Amino acid sequence: MTQPVSNCPNCGAKIVFQWSSSVQTVCPYCKSILVRTDVDLKKVGQVADLPPDSSPIQLHTEGVYRHKAFVAIGRILYEYDQGSWNEWHITMNDGTSAWLSDAQNEYAISFASTTAGLPTAAQVLVGQQYTWNNQRYTLTVITPAHYRGVEGELPFQYWDKTDVTFADLRSETGKFATLDFSDEQPALYLGEFVEFDDLQLKNLRTFEGW
Amino acid sequence: MSAGAPPLSNPPKPQAKALNCPQCGAAIMLRALGHAETVVCESCHSILDARDPHLQILQKFDAITAGDRPLIPLGTRGKLRGVDYEVIGFQRRSIEVEAVSYHWHEYVLFNPYKAIRYLTEYNGHWNDLSVCKELPVMEFASANYLGEVYRHFQSSDATTDYVLGEFPWQVRVGEHAAVSEYVKPPRVLSAEKSAEEVTWSVGEYVYGADIWKSFNLPGGPPEAVGVYENQPSPVSENVKGIWAAFLGFAVFLLMLMAGFDLLSNKGTAFESTYHLNPGEPKGEASFVTDVFDLQGRTSNVEITTTANVANSWIYLNYALINQDTEQAWDFGREVSYYYGSDSDGSWSEGGRKNTVIVPSVPAGHYYLRIEPEVDPKHGALVYSVAVKRDVPVLGFFGIAFLALLLPAIAITWRSINFERMRWAESDHPPITIGKSEE
Repeated sequence: MTQPVSNCPNCGAKIVFQWSSSVQTVCPYCKSILVRTDVDLKKVGQVADLPPDSSPIQLHTEGVYRHKAFVAIGRILYEYDQGSWNEWHITMNDGTSAWLSDAQNEYAISFASTTAGLPTAAQVLVGQQYTWNNQRYTLTVITPAHYRGVEGELPFQYWDKTDVTFADLRSETGKFATLDFSDEQPALYLGEFVEFDDLQLKNLRTFEGW
Repeated sequence: MSAGAPPLSNPPKPQAKALNCPQCGAAIMLRALGHAETVVCESCHSILDARDPHLQILQKFDAITAGDRPLIPLGTRGKLRGVDYEVIGFQRRSIEVEAVSYHWHEYVLFNPYKAIRYLTEYNGHWNDLSVCKELPVMEFASANYLGEVYRHFQSSDATTDYVLGEFPWQVRVGEHAAVSEYVKPPRVLSAEKSAEEVTWSVGEYVYGADIWKSFNLPGGPPEAVGVYENQPSPVSENVKGIWAAFLGFAVFLLMLMAGFDLLSNKGTAFESTYHLNPGEPKGEASFVTDVFDLQGRTSNVEITTTANVANSWIYLNYALINQDTEQAWDFGREVSYYYGSDSDGSWSEGGRKNTVIVPSVPAGHYYLRIEPEVDPKHGALVYSVAVKRDVPVLGFFGIAFLALLLPAIAITWRSINFERMRWAESDHPPITIGKSEE
C-alpha cells in the first residue's frame, strides 16, 4: 500500500499519511492542523504547544492487542479537574483503527461503535446501566473535560472543540465504554481495560532515572 | 521511524524537577512530573498546584506532622510485584468511631509506565492496593468481585488529616470521603464515595517485614497490633487441613481396630468352673489348673473371673505360670457384689464378673495357680475362670483418638478466636456475653 503523500499548505513540508483513512493530521513542523480534501490538504487551525505530558506513549509507539500489531499515529489530549488524559489513535495491522486511552497510566483500548439510540449528555446519570452488544455496563463517572490539543493523524476532524463531556462505563468483567458528547450526535466507544505489560509496547518515551 | 521523522512535540523532560515554594521559598522536588496534581511544601504545609508553573497555593494546613512521619520516606524506591515504585505522596486519614479517633497512613507509589499503587498502614498492618478495573457487584452485606464474595466489614467517613509530597489527584486536608470496606482475607475491597464517583480499590495484606525488604528500609517494621480486617488468619487455613487429617487418622484407627479384631484368635484358651464350700476345712486352699496352650505372637492374655456372689466377695490370688520357663505373672482379683434397698430405693455395688489383662505374654505352655479366699460366713460358691488370648485393647485406640482430636479442637478454637477478634472491630461484631471494653 502506497502511503498518500502531500505537502503542508502552510510550510511546504512533506506530509506522509501512515493510515489511508486519516481525515486530519497535524504538520509536525509548523503544527498546522490539516484536513484532507478531495484534492489536497487544507489548513484549518494551529496547535499551540502541548503542555508537558506524562504519558509514556508517544507517536510511533508500537504494541500488540489481541495478536494484532498496532501503532500510535495520533492523539487527542484532554484536561479535567483531576488532571489530563490522552486518547491515542492507534491503527491495527489489519487496517482498523482504535483508541488507546491513557488516564494516569490506566490503559483501555476501545473501538467506535455504531450502536444507535444512545443517551444524550442530559440523560446520563452515575449508576445507570446500559446494555450494548449483550454486555451490561454501569455508568461510573461523568467527566466535564476541556479539549487541550491534538497531534498526528485522526480518523475525523477534531480541532474546534472547547468543553466536552464524557461518560465512562465499566463492567464486572473489565469491559469499558465511553460516551463521547463532543458532537451533537453522541458517540460510543466499546472496549476493555488492558494491562501495560500485555500490550508489549515499544518506542515508549523514556524517563530519566527510570 | 522513516526518514524525515517529525520531531517529538514533547521531548522527555527530567523526571525530578526542583522548584521553590511560592509561600516560603523552600525547595520543592517534583518526582512524578506530569502525574502530580498537587505537591505539598514540607516546610510551610502549603498544598501547591503541581500543574501550574508558578505552583499556585491551593490550601495551607496547620497539622503538626513531626510526630507522625512517613515510615517509608518520600522518594524511597522499592520493588513490589516485580515493578519498581517510588513513594511520592503520604497522607494521614482518620475515622471516628464512638468518639474515638483512629488514623491510618497512605503512601502513593509511582512508576512512570504503570498505574499508581497505594500502600496503607494501620497499627503495623500493611496493605498493597490498586484501583479495580472490574466493577464489583453489590450483594446483600457483601460485594462480589471477580466471582469472589467479600463480606462487608465497615463503613465510615474518612477525613484527610494531613498530606505530604505529591498526589496524582487534587488532594485537600479536611476532605471527607465515605469509605466502605469488604474483606476476604487476605484481600480487601474498598469503595471510596465522593460526590461525583465511586472508586473501588482492591488490596492485599502485606507483612511489614516484606515492605521493609521491598524498600530496603533500615531497622525493622513496627509490630502489628491486634488483628486487622483482612489479615490472613495464621490458623484458619489449617482448620480444614487438621480436620481432614483427623478424619483420615480416625478412619485409619478404625481400620486398625477392625484389623486387630480380625487378627485376634479370640478363642478361649482355658475355661473351668470350681465349687467352693467355705465350711469344709481344707489343708491347702491353692491349686493349679491343667496346662493350656497360648499360641501366636507375644500378646496379651485376658483372665475373666465369674462368681455367683451375692452380698459377699471372693478374692483370688492368681499366678499365670509358663511351664517351660517358670516365668510367672502374679496378680489378685476380687469379685464382689452387694445390693439392697434403703430410703433412696434399691442400690447395688460391684458385679459378678471381673476381667484383667496381662500384657506381653509369649506363646507357650501355661497353667494357673489359683488361691481363692472367701467370706468364711458364706455358703457354697461357684466360680469360673476363663483365659482368652490376644484380646483387642480398645482403650488404646481411644487415647490415640483423643490425641488427634485435641489439637484439632485447639486449632479450631484458635481460628474462631482470631475471627472473633477480626470482626470485633467491624460494623458487625460477634455477639459477646457481657460488655467488652475496647
